Amino acid sequence: MLADDLRGMFYIGLKDLRAYYFKPPNISWGILFPFAFILAFAIRNPSDLRALVPGLLALTLLFGTSSMEAIVIVFERRIGALERLLLAPIRLPALLAGKLLGGMVFGLTVTLVVLIIALIAFGAGSIHWLLLALTILLSAAAFSALGAFVSVAVTEVFEAQTLANFIRFPMMFLGGVFVPVDSMPLALQVIARALPLTYAVEALRAALLGGGVTDAALDLLALAGFAIVLFVLAVRVMMRWVE
Amino acid sequence: MNNAIQVTGLTKIYQTDQNHPPLRAVDEIDFTVREGEVFGFLGPNGAGKTTTIRMLTGLARPTAGKASVLGLDLATDITRIKKQIGVVPEISNLYDELSAFDNLVFAMQLYGVPRAERITRAEELLTRFRLSEKRNAPFAKLSRGMKRALTIAAALAHRPPLIFLDEPTTGLDVMSARNLRQMIAGLRQEGVTVFLTTHYLEEAERLCDRIAIIVKGRIVALDTVEGLKSTMGGKTVVEVTRADANDQIETRRFEGESVEAAARAALAQTDGRRVLAINTLRPTLEDVFVKLTGLSAEVMLAEKGGKGGGNASG
Repeated sequence: MLADDLRGMFYIGLKDLRAYYFKPPNISWGILFPFAFILAFAIRNPSDLRALVPGLLALTLLFGTSSMEAIVIVFERRIGALERLLLAPIRLPALLAGKLLGGMVFGLTVTLVVLIIALIAFGAGSIHWLLLALTILLSAAAFSALGAFVSVAVTEVFEAQTLANFIRFPMMFLGGVFVPVDSMPLALQVIARALPLTYAVEALRAALLGGGVTDAALDLLALAGFAIVLFVLAVRVMMRWVE
Repeated sequence: MNNAIQVTGLTKIYQTDQNHPPLRAVDEIDFTVREGEVFGFLGPNGAGKTTTIRMLTGLARPTAGKASVLGLDLATDITRIKKQIGVVPEISNLYDELSAFDNLVFAMQLYGVPRAERITRAEELLTRFRLSEKRNAPFAKLSRGMKRALTIAAALAHRPPLIFLDEPTTGLDVMSARNLRQMIAGLRQEGVTVFLTTHYLEEAERLCDRIAIIVKGRIVALDTVEGLKSTMGGKTVVEVTRADANDQIETRRFEGESVEAAARAALAQTDGRRVLAINTLRPTLEDVFVKLTGLSAEVMLAEKGGKGGGNASG
């Protein structure tokens, strides 16, 4: 049964990547969008572009993984194709993990492209590679689970887009991408602590500016926590579909 | 002969909201489907056909009752059951973005068909369903009949011994519907058990070994086509075509204990009209259906929005 689950998860992820993710509009959106935002910010405040790199990577991860992920499940549910997966000999957590896999692989790919561009522009400096890899992986998992949760919580595609943006846009401004969380008013800091993007930005900052895994241990734990909680919640919603 | 499906007291109750009483979509039904037969589930829209399929395939949980599918308990072994069944839902639901070939391959990947076998099996199915020319066409670009055929091909890809077909010919043109019926008849010869829902009486009569008629969640009759017809009783009906002095033609039906008696009754009441023809009528499944359900066959067709491919005269 586990072999069926793992195989199903792999092929569901692969199918989603081929059918939805690696399509020109999605690729350009996934890469251009974070750049456009950072550029807009950099033009206004061009002093330290390098300090914006963690935020740029975090945004790329957030939008790369969650944009399509938030749509794929509700879209397939609307057209009836999701039923094919529910009928397959695969348990629900594996089905959802397959969906997450698609979003994660795409998000990781565009993030890698953005990372290479940033390395060419600014050099490797004192990057802690292990921490960087862990952060990117856990962030992709957390954001992908966030997208999946949005997608199972709604019944229409436009609702998914609205809800995803309702969550993501405040997160962009409160998650420490442009302004460090510590310099925010206390009330906003409290909100920032409830957002997964905050932890992704902090851990990426530590990794890129020479910190170690221990410096960002809490951030990594928080990201893993978000990934697990959102995944479990999404599975519970899906279980109601087959009652 | 073993049973492919065995159902006892199967019930599904939907609690829509507090202001309405619970809806008994499927109400304590019992039936068995024998291995290798084409079993028809016939009934109007909303009778509980699809709900029954959804329960038997793991898409809905029964409120009460027991069922076993291919010898496995529905309540505890659903994942193993899923591996051995093929399901064709009412909507052709393959992936628009993938080609006909890739859709078949993906279906096999989900069911663990070995890599070496997938390609040959996909090509074989495309040939069999006359879709070879559309091998690389995205599903979205196929005609309605082709979509239906490919959806059935995908359900057969992992060679399930039992297949569920939910309204397979609804909305198809006459030729496509006819091709699909031939294909379903072919499955029977291969020994595949077919559980078929339909609201087309002629389709059920033509394809099914046995038919269950379901109305408002309850099975009102279950028998072979001949068995169902025999419930009409021993009465024989003759249809008489007559013309009056102004050549106005009319047909009337007369009942009798035998052909002779019915014909005699017809001739005794000519009212001066000329008798042009007398035909004996055997009861049709439609007669049985009307008698058992009190519904007319037109009601079922009208509910589905047109006759389309349901016209089994192909």
